[in-house]
Amino acid sequence: MAVTIAKEKWTSKVGEMVLGADSSVNVGGESTLPFLQFEGAIPNKPVLALEVWDLEPEDWPEILKAPFAGVLADPVAWAKKNVEYGADVVSLRLMSAHPDFKNASPEECAATAKAVAEAVNVPLIIIGCGVEEKDAAVLEKVGEALAGKSCLIGCATEKNYKTITATAMVNGHSVIASTPLDINLSKQLNILMTEMNLPANRIAIDPLVGALGYGIEYAYSIMERSRIGALMGDKMLAMPVICFVGQEAWKAKEAKSTDEESPEWGAQERRSILWEVLTTTTFAQAGGSIFVLRHPESVKQVKVHLDKMMESNVY
Amino acid sequence: MILIGERINGMFKDIREAIQNKDPEPVRYWAKRQYERCAAYLDINTGPTVEKEDQPAVMEWLVKTAQEVAPMACCLDSTNPDAIEAGLKVHQGKAMINSTTADQWKMDIYIPMAAKYNAAIIGLAMNEKGVPKSAADRIALAMEIVVNCDMNGIPMEDLYIDPLMLPCNVAQEHGVEVLETLRQIKTLADPAPHTTMGLSNSSQRCTNRHLINRTFLIMSMANGLDSAIADVDDDELLDAVATANILLNKEIYCDSFLKTFRAR
Repeated sequence: MAVTIAKEKWTSKVGEMVLGADSSVNVGGESTLPFLQFEGAIPNKPVLALEVWDLEPEDWPEILKAPFAGVLADPVAWAKKNVEYGADVVSLRLMSAHPDFKNASPEECAATAKAVAEAVNVPLIIIGCGVEEKDAAVLEKVGEALAGKSCLIGCATEKNYKTITATAMVNGHSVIASTPLDINLSKQLNILMTEMNLPANRIAIDPLVGALGYGIEYAYSIMERSRIGALMGDKMLAMPVICFVGQEAWKAKEAKSTDEESPEWGAQERRSILWEVLTTTTFAQAGGSIFVLRHPESVKQVKVHLDKMMESNVY
Repeated sequence: MILIGERINGMFKDIREAIQNKDPEPVRYWAKRQYERCAAYLDINTGPTVEKEDQPAVMEWLVKTAQEVAPMACCLDSTNPDAIEAGLKVHQGKAMINSTTADQWKMDIYIPMAAKYNAAIIGLAMNEKGVPKSAADRIALAMEIVVNCDMNGIPMEDLYIDPLMLPCNVAQEHGVEVLETLRQIKTLADPAPHTTMGLSNSSQRCTNRHLINRTFLIMSMANGLDSAIADVDDDELLDAVATANILLNKEIYCDSFLKTFRAR
């Protein structure tokens, strides 16, 4: 007697986002859980972004600074370097806007963003400095300056989503919706943004993940639950998920501590990159679609992994 | 919760008159209105006043008229197989047949019909002897329907078993039997068949009908009811279902849960 293999039948799928104007990148669109091509479609490979800062990052470990020697103070040159290193997307962090650093004006930030956008031919993610009111003001100007470039801008929170959503709608961008590891708040923020008439496929969910060893399993469970909800028809959770892995992995003491400080942990270079790579591949299994990384070697290694995972397992 | 809007039924005066006068407006109104109020299906019933030989044509007209304004599936509700087939022939998308009983001669008509038109089907846990008193007898009949569907290649997710609730003022002892039946239906097959219920039946000729319907619906949901033929025009009913969806962990909570339940 023939055996019928039980396959999950999902009724819905994740929305598909298009980033970039000239050479665009598609994100999301899955109609099954990660890489289970035998149950549905995974139309797009997860996207890897490398970070650029608009001011020289002081507290980055030497191992992380080394691949960018000579360009860390020049966002345009740094962005180009990222493209050379194989980033699908460049993620510009406007840290200079932070009141504790240069407190740069929205206009200054917009000029930097424009210069970076003109220098590279890959889509851009534009992130503010993390101060909610300031980010609203900065992204309003940046959104205008990059009108029509279909960037992904953020991070929008409960406090500043109105301004950021409005600027995204007027200027054709998508928005990152950030909520602190809480599926209910995430769904609610998506509802509030779509109620302003931003199409659902122009929202990326940022669940504010932690790195390996720092709550990764909690983030994994939340991403998995929200993805299952999306596939079962919950449209307010059916958005691609962005994971800021670089900032979390390189904050871990396992990545930061030098060979001299922790000889028993093995060589820092291998250890720190592994930390970033493993955090990324774990979240790829949980349904992440966009990964913002920091080290070019991590991009290289994750790419090999993703290429393998994207090979069809249809039967 | 898969809600089947009960309103396009010749038992209601406005629909009866619409059928008599060939006036599409009331049918359009209720199709649209129930679509907007999160019905997944429109129940379509010609009502008792249409002559048997006219039922197929009336069914066809009702289905076409409703689907012109509401992009959704219909639940073709008739005791006349010719009327159901007439509806299936013009129906767009995946229809639902309402209904067969557990009598073999009826299952032999309706279940192959569901297979032929790729339709879902409601199976009533009763036969010509009437509605059983106990849960055990209801389950025995439900199993007959499960087996017949399986033999005809109807997947369990296309079968909706109705344990048959009777009005609580005349058959009060049936309520607990129906709840027990709902629990057991979910053990009859894996994957389990769906369950459904003609909700307004529970409160025929009672006072406080909305309250009775709503209360029994929520009790039934907790026991495995996943669909109901109901009055979706009742806001309190929709709010209660939305809340039960959250409490039964069928929907992920958010502050706007009453609103998201109503969104299509």
